[in-house]
Amino acid sequence: MVTGLGVVTPVGNDVESFWSALVAGRSGIGPITHFDASNYRTRIAGEVKGFNPEQHFEKREARRIDPYSQYFMVACRQALAQADIKYGPDDPENASAGVMVGAGFGGMNAFVEEITVLLKRGPERVSPTGIPKIIANMAAGLVSIEHNLLGPVSCVVTACSASANALGDAAELIRRGAADVMVAGGAEAAITTYGVAGFNQARALSIRNDEPEKASRPFDAERDGFVMGEGAGAVVLEDRDRAIERGATILGELIGYGMSADAYHITLPRPGGTGAARAMSAAMRDGGLEPGNISYINAHGTSTEANDAGETAAIKIAMGKEEAYRVPISSTKSMTGHILGGAGAVEAIVSLLALNRGILPPTINQEHPDPECDLDYVANAARPFTGEYAMSNSFGFGGHNVALVLGSERVARE
Amino acid sequence: MEKTEIETRLRDVLVSELGLDADKINRSANFETDLDVDSLGVVELLMAMEDEFGVKIPDDEAEHIHTVGEAIDLVHGKLNV
Repeated sequence: MVTGLGVVTPVGNDVESFWSALVAGRSGIGPITHFDASNYRTRIAGEVKGFNPEQHFEKREARRIDPYSQYFMVACRQALAQADIKYGPDDPENASAGVMVGAGFGGMNAFVEEITVLLKRGPERVSPTGIPKIIANMAAGLVSIEHNLLGPVSCVVTACSASANALGDAAELIRRGAADVMVAGGAEAAITTYGVAGFNQARALSIRNDEPEKASRPFDAERDGFVMGEGAGAVVLEDRDRAIERGATILGELIGYGMSADAYHITLPRPGGTGAARAMSAAMRDGGLEPGNISYINAHGTSTEANDAGETAAIKIAMGKEEAYRVPISSTKSMTGHILGGAGAVEAIVSLLALNRGILPPTINQEHPDPECDLDYVANAARPFTGEYAMSNSFGFGGHNVALVLGSERVARE
Repeated sequence: MEKTEIETRLRDVLVSELGLDADKINRSANFETDLDVDSLGVVELLMAMEDEFGVKIPDDEAEHIHTVGEAIDLVHGKLNV
């Protein structure tokens, strides 16, 4: 059962402002301000706005926590607050509560800073707190420390599918009785000198610098790469009986989890989408559903040439042609940019909100149809719908394919 | 350099580089128990002192620093040999 949600994103730092931006089709993409990007091929990104660390952390504490972990911690606070879950240090239930974070990188800001110091000033000038800021699992460690969670605490690092894996793995821990409550999700804060430079050299990013809000255009014929986003998404997953017993407000259910690998190339998806299709089919099977049950797909939809055509092909294989043309699909990365390791969790949250509120968030910037991308992408404007099940896709460098199937609050409460 | 100048500069560094609470800093304050400086913070403290005063503090000398006063004395000794 899902009983709490939390987000920090380029379009809003809480669930309500995030959702209203998505429904309004508002882009969070703009010029990069985190560093001077004037000599970079790409000078735009979806940055988190109005996030003042000292509003959330004591000054001393903030210095030791990378923005990556800060985003995750704030998203987890929101989710736990909504779930109305609070553990004291000696609470007997602590041992059955845990946290699972997904990351593409981890503390990349600290990594870049420390390597810079190392090269400029030598080995004895790097910070003693650098390593704990950098390591990706620290976000989970910090959440466990803050909220007294003594159960399974872990981290998944599978590039852009990481936080979808984190949600799936956390649900699995609950399913097999290893935990009753898991705070799960993911984060990324990689809009750094090296992050942008590295993706640029892989020719992965859009260079539509003069029109930032139009740069992320998944499925559109004039897409030219993804736009980096940043932020975090967190979900409280809870054992059904426990949630019902304590009278928690149930927001939905994670009912299907599918994984596959492309086993093809380090960064390119396998052409034809067969790998991604197997993950989607596995997720539907895991949830005991048929393609006809799926009312919405939140696509991975990165705005790269290869992903969007391949994912479209994958949806046709997994859903079957008829259902593929029926089901509305949107990529909210058109507004948030690609939150990398945090994307899966943020988009699972979008999927749940869409089901619960009966609104499909759009894919913005649909201006030039691509014959290879000919499905219903909820072009440019949100629209009402009714449905009980949604699928959220997340694929990562390395050939990772993950699909999650979520059920609405209505089916979860039945 | 006079101890009072060392104290002023050390206090500024403790606030700006380590984020310590200025009100709690005095010569008798113990880094661990009064100022809540943990083992990682001690290394930050030594680095900050080395950078600020241009001195080198080996680990065996660092072990003797428990209070702000001892830190001032150590720096004073190194600068006035």
